[in-house]
Amino acid sequence: MDIFLTIMGRDLKLAYRRWSEFANPLLFFVIVASLFPLALSPGQALLQSIGTGVLWVAALLSSLLALEGLFRGDFEDGSMEQILLSPAPFGTVVIAKIAAHWIVSGIPLIVLVPVVALSFQLPGEALATLAAALLLATPTLSVLSAIGAALTVSLKSGGSIIGLLILPLCSPMLIFGTRATDMAANGEPVAAPLYLLAALAVFAISLGPLAVAAALRVGLE
Amino acid sequence: MKLPRWFHRFGSPPYVYALAGTLGPWIGGIAVVLIAAGTFGGLVLAPPDYLQGDSFRIIYIHVPSAYISMMAYVILAVAAAIGFIWRLKLAHAVAVSIAPIGASFTFLALATGAIWGKPTWGTFWQWTDPRMMFELLLLFLYLGYMALRAAFEDRDKADRVSAILGVVGVVNVPIIHYSVIWWNSLHQGPTISRLDGPTITMDMLVPLLIMIVGFTFCFAWLLLSRLQGEIVEREHAARWLRELVAESRG
Repeated sequence: MDIFLTIMGRDLKLAYRRWSEFANPLLFFVIVASLFPLALSPGQALLQSIGTGVLWVAALLSSLLALEGLFRGDFEDGSMEQILLSPAPFGTVVIAKIAAHWIVSGIPLIVLVPVVALSFQLPGEALATLAAALLLATPTLSVLSAIGAALTVSLKSGGSIIGLLILPLCSPMLIFGTRATDMAANGEPVAAPLYLLAALAVFAISLGPLAVAAALRVGLE
Repeated sequence: MKLPRWFHRFGSPPYVYALAGTLGPWIGGIAVVLIAAGTFGGLVLAPPDYLQGDSFRIIYIHVPSAYISMMAYVILAVAAAIGFIWRLKLAHAVAVSIAPIGASFTFLALATGAIWGKPTWGTFWQWTDPRMMFELLLLFLYLGYMALRAAFEDRDKADRVSAILGVVGVVNVPIIHYSVIWWNSLHQGPTISRLDGPTITMDMLVPLLIMIVGFTFCFAWLLLSRLQGEIVEREHAARWLRELVAESRG
């Protein structure tokens, strides 16, 4: 647990000192979300009906921007090698790094997306569900991002490939997240998709770090 | 524990190369015979569908390719996992050889589905059909796997990294499969039922089964010949290969 807190604290401190790296994806999200109304014919009804999908896809794309730096800095300055050589259990380290990444990139999305959703005229009941769905979906997203970042960590430019690897795997999250939001907007019960999102999160958190650790080990070879 | 001798042999490139060379033509021959028989049965012997007329006959390509597309991904992931865990280079070679074949069958399933969709649903592409969405995502998984491999210059590293992706992918395939199915059932949208009406008759079913077996043999044939190529590429500096080339030149 000590190691978990140490690594997470270190990563949070680093993120705080380079805050623009994590603010850029959020800005990107707001810009993408505001480009859609410009690209579509102006009409309130259309925006309202596609709003949920636009928000989720924009959030997904913006999270791709944040994941490049997840392991790259540590990999390039050699600290990843030191961590691997240290007696600390590597799986714990990986989980700590993913948790720190979730705090700096997931939590701001949970706050920001419902605010932007207001501008798409999403009904009030849907906003709480949207936030809950994001709360359950962003941990999975962080784990999947970590897998993508770990697989491409030893490549010079992994950026263009990560999207190809990660986005198809994100589709279940996208499906249940948008479904939950839409169903809340229609006044239907939303328990089923939220439970499924929670199941995905538990599944990803328990198995994902194994894949991340394995991929990082190969990257460091 | 002592493993039997035949087991060790599967780790030896010259043995597997020779085995693939021997088995390949036989398996290919069986594939040609079965696919020819299935095609004859499907196009000539099977009666036209009472609802869809003759357009249903594309099922004899569509269903076998969809089946191969999924089976190939599972084999790819199993081979990759074996290669990763026991550091068996040949298992990695099998995984690499499967990827383009699997992607091609996935594409074939999508293309035949689209061609079939035109007379049946009136449109080539139906974004609301879960099975089409699943095949599309499966195609993306194959392409992602190949793109990741291509990005690495070091073959050993490419093997190991892409193996992890393959295993992650195969764990996700059932999740993606069920989520696209539930995606449609959660939402009370228009549901498309196909082949759900009358149960399929024997005249239609038997050629389909023959085609499925034939496609499986065809897949194995393609895999063996790609595997031979992959072994040659990986072992291009090995002595047994040079001797083999010298021998064949006489």
